[in-house]
Amino acid sequence: MYNFLTELTGNEIIAAFISAMLPVVFIVPFVIFGVLAERKVSAHIQDRLGPMRVGYHGVLQTVADFFKLIQKEDIIAEGADRKFFNLAPYLVFVGSYAVYAALPFTSTYIGSETDIGLFYIIAVSGFAVAGILMGGWASNNKYSLYGALRSAAQIVSYEIPTALVILSMVMLTGTLSLATMSEMQTAYFWNWNIFGGAEWAFTKLLLIPFMFIAFIILYISTLAEVNRLPFDMPEAESELVAGYSTEYSGMKFAMFFLAEYGNMFAVSALVSVIFFGGYQSPFGYLGNSLGLQWLIPYEQLFWFALKGILFVLVQMWLRWTLPRVRVDQLMTICWKYLIPYSFANLIIIGLITLL
Amino acid sequence: MIFISDSIILVTKIFIDIKYMLTEFGKIFVFIIFAFLFVAISIFIAKLIRPSRPTKEKLTTYECGEDAMGSPWVRFNIRFYVVALIFLIFDVEVVLLFPWALTYKDYGFYGFLVGIIFLVVLAIGMAYEWRKGDLEWARPAPNIPKLNKILKNMPSVQEKNETTEN
Repeated sequence: MYNFLTELTGNEIIAAFISAMLPVVFIVPFVIFGVLAERKVSAHIQDRLGPMRVGYHGVLQTVADFFKLIQKEDIIAEGADRKFFNLAPYLVFVGSYAVYAALPFTSTYIGSETDIGLFYIIAVSGFAVAGILMGGWASNNKYSLYGALRSAAQIVSYEIPTALVILSMVMLTGTLSLATMSEMQTAYFWNWNIFGGAEWAFTKLLLIPFMFIAFIILYISTLAEVNRLPFDMPEAESELVAGYSTEYSGMKFAMFFLAEYGNMFAVSALVSVIFFGGYQSPFGYLGNSLGLQWLIPYEQLFWFALKGILFVLVQMWLRWTLPRVRVDQLMTICWKYLIPYSFANLIIIGLITLL
Repeated sequence: MIFISDSIILVTKIFIDIKYMLTEFGKIFVFIIFAFLFVAISIFIAKLIRPSRPTKEKLTTYECGEDAMGSPWVRFNIRFYVVALIFLIFDVEVVLLFPWALTYKDYGFYGFLVGIIFLVVLAIGMAYEWRKGDLEWARPAPNIPKLNKILKNMPSVQEKNETTEN
């Protein structure tokens, strides 16, 4: 893809800019669809109808919301720290968008083929914490400050189980690159990492239960990292109004919102790449059997989007199934359960891979 | 003048003539620049469209309709600070473990053991933290683990004490 763009435009920097633009082409429709899906899913779980007025069954509701947001007055409260207040949406969005640079959408398109993709993703998610803290502090608002502090503490604590699970997967696969990791889980679904990876040996059977534990730990901790229910302490509506984004309005609020939904898909895609083969199809490619090689990347994009959206839907489902946890329960879940379990899991997976 | 024209030629050469490679991290940098531009452009477009009629009421800090009371920078729980400190230690540890996780297979069981010793030392630190009560959110009183205290509470020692008293 990148080489093709370079040949087309004749300049590497222009090609890099175009390839950096492509995830936005994916994210913006995803957010428009995702916000509507969230409202519809919530409504139907609670036996309501949800948005019905704009378009057929409210299909265009999010588009209307977007046009409303773009017209809204931008209010910066008195006493707010204007510089940091304006800078915060940038940092939060950059932190969420930079993750997409290391995600392989298909075997032909990946933003940057670094050898240390996973490591980079763990590092770059810290951007968002800085942005959230900055926004909360600069808002000059009690709710924002509490929301930002809770959010920072939560993201920071749940980063450790995430990193430990990723570490154990690195021990298993021996690579930090997400593209290589997807390539290894090729062909059929029993080659996925959740079923013990592509190597056929007796260790594969031993690995399966520990892979499931690792998957559950990773899913819970990524759920907490994107501030979704049941871990939405930072935005607990009944306590903190809207958390760190209380004082934001108009397009700046929209940027926070975009970053949140972008993050939701990014972590779902990360889970699917690590455990469920990323862009790989579960049962061979249509393009291979028909002899149409150009079809394969499109199929891969379809599977990648499908797996990601499936995990996003599970996030929405969990939102209306589980009640919100308290702050002390949140910390207990992380430090006393997830971290010791992922520690033990790491050692066991390391031992089994060594056999 | 010659110097300036030379430098202009050099710059144009860099941008047009010479085939140079962007490294993979260069592409990531382009990603970050693009994200900044995306936010800047969308906020700028909104700025062209949106009204701007601030009033005194609008610009007050939001506090559910009441007038804001006192300073917004209120006191918060010291736990947040402790959590950040513990996180720092663990994160540094994870960073140190990544190179080990990539290459430990080459050194067989010995390589595995080296990493495990490091992990066990950390686990002991974690156990100390836990016993000291730093992982509790609402902490009643500091409970510093001391060897004498633990021995005193052990049942065998207590029994001995009772027998001597009798």
